[in-house]
Amino acid sequence: MKKFTYTEKKDTRSGFGAGLLDIGKKNPNVVALCADLTGSLKMDAFEKEFPERFIQCGIAEANMIGVAAGLTIGGKIPFTGTFANFSTGRVYDQIRQSVAYSNKNVKICASHAGLTLGEDGATHQILEDIGLMKMLPGMTVICPCDYNQTKAATIALEKHVGPAYLRFGRPAVPNFTDAATPFEIGKAQILTEGKDVSIFATGHLVWKAIEACEILEAKGISCELINIHTIKPLDEKAILASVRKTKCVVTAEEHQRNGGLGDSIAQLLSKEFPVPIEMVAVNDSFGESGTPSELMTKYGIDTPNVVSAVEKVLMRK
Amino acid sequence: MTTEIFSSPIKINSPVKSTDELKKICSQVRRDILRMVHAPQSGHPGGSLGCTEFLVALYFSIMKHNPKKFTMNGIVEDIFFLSNGHISAAWYSVLARSGYFPIKELATFRKLNTRLQGHPTTHEGLEGIRVASGSLGQGMSVACGTALAKKLNKDSQLVFSLHGDGEIQEGQIWEAAMFASARKIDNLISTIDWNGQQIDGAVDKVMPLGDLKAKWTAFGWDVLEMNGNKIEEVISVIEEAKKHTGKGKPVMILMKTEMGHGVDFMVNSHKWHGVAPNDEQLQNALAQLPETLGDY
Repeated sequence: MKKFTYTEKKDTRSGFGAGLLDIGKKNPNVVALCADLTGSLKMDAFEKEFPERFIQCGIAEANMIGVAAGLTIGGKIPFTGTFANFSTGRVYDQIRQSVAYSNKNVKICASHAGLTLGEDGATHQILEDIGLMKMLPGMTVICPCDYNQTKAATIALEKHVGPAYLRFGRPAVPNFTDAATPFEIGKAQILTEGKDVSIFATGHLVWKAIEACEILEAKGISCELINIHTIKPLDEKAILASVRKTKCVVTAEEHQRNGGLGDSIAQLLSKEFPVPIEMVAVNDSFGESGTPSELMTKYGIDTPNVVSAVEKVLMRK
Repeated sequence: MTTEIFSSPIKINSPVKSTDELKKICSQVRRDILRMVHAPQSGHPGGSLGCTEFLVALYFSIMKHNPKKFTMNGIVEDIFFLSNGHISAAWYSVLARSGYFPIKELATFRKLNTRLQGHPTTHEGLEGIRVASGSLGQGMSVACGTALAKKLNKDSQLVFSLHGDGEIQEGQIWEAAMFASARKIDNLISTIDWNGQQIDGAVDKVMPLGDLKAKWTAFGWDVLEMNGNKIEEVISVIEEAKKHTGKGKPVMILMKTEMGHGVDFMVNSHKWHGVAPNDEQLQNALAQLPETLGDY
């Protein structure tokens, strides 16, 4: 399989901050809103460079979403920033009515998603946000895998017209994708080709899946790994092409099994090409305090879980 | 009867001035509201009838707007948001009568495949609507955002919003109230339809609002009051409110109205919040409101 290396670990939220600064320089209609988490979202550089286009909303996320919707009326492109929990569940009705149903060009940018938020615990570790967002008609849902890709996705969103949800995280993770690769919304990224099993991963689980592929290769198993950075719209063509070849599937994500990427892929495959599928995801549970790595292990979304899911699905093939 | 002003589209910057003409429009809008909710036996006549003078004043006298060439961004136009979306019948009638879409389309209100959804939406492409509303409490935030966009665009026109008094029980309203004054959104004039009624009964029983003037003043707003069912007063107070804009504070108008105003058996009763009149009640109500511009 193709070898993946990285020179440093970086947090995906910093990729967002860097991308936001870039598009702020490029397009004067880009505005940023934050609900008292400027530092956490890495929006400080944008705030410093464009104070007149940075709107501090305080700890009032519902209002922030409405203000963002209103800013689009007048041609602005608002990027809202807060934790994923407060970007989705807390403001679901505001997103549903004022953004999604109203088809407003709001980019909801959400950091600290999933278990890897760590020690703050389950109150802040949303594992339902992908499901919430993908259910909204017309909503684009993006979950990039590293710093470079998060930056590229943020930049791509400036040109994208319509409501979008961009999910990223807190911890430093291997930054392995090519910084020069443009981000194509809705286009799955084939990381390595293989013949025995298709692994579809998103977000932080993409690197875990790479590690799993290396372990499995040593065992003589050939994995095809595809990064599904856009969960909606799903790249059905790429997924089906891979599965028609491998005839079994493992999905991997830092999210509840219900409503996540695995769910979307299972729905597609059950209709178009039913094959055995195993899902590496949190199984109907809240998280808890701990280090990101401890939590990934305890809740079954770490590298060994991807390895065992592949071994299990191969038995069912 | 069709007056001269309705035979040609209302032109931007040429507002109707005569209060007699505005009163005639109000009578016709009230007839529209009653007939619109009667046809599907569904809708919200009470608040719609109560806010008729306000909406007519805005669209036929106060606002600079361009009904014949609706644009979502509304650059160099005044923009209105109806946050209490359930009084859509009144808004649709005023939009149609001011030239945004064909008046005959009012007959489709709340029916399958209509652009005139029960609550306003942009989803069906209805001219005049810029955001969906109905789930209460969201419109003030949206209005704040558009007011900020106008400032960023160096667009000196104003943003107006209307809210129910029951609606301001929603927490998001107070988030927006704090935000608007903190961010000095002084190109926004919000109005509360203070009719004292909500679905479950009197606002004072369901969830008393306390001293509204003191509350909005304490939140940093410039607060005016008016009787919303007297067209002369509505015009003069909104004109006065416009003079308060541009001074560092958002402007709030507390508008006392009668729910169901103009129909004697509907006045001041929460029972007509969301109930349509039957055939007999419709005829009784229409008999109280002269047909001035021609029914759709």
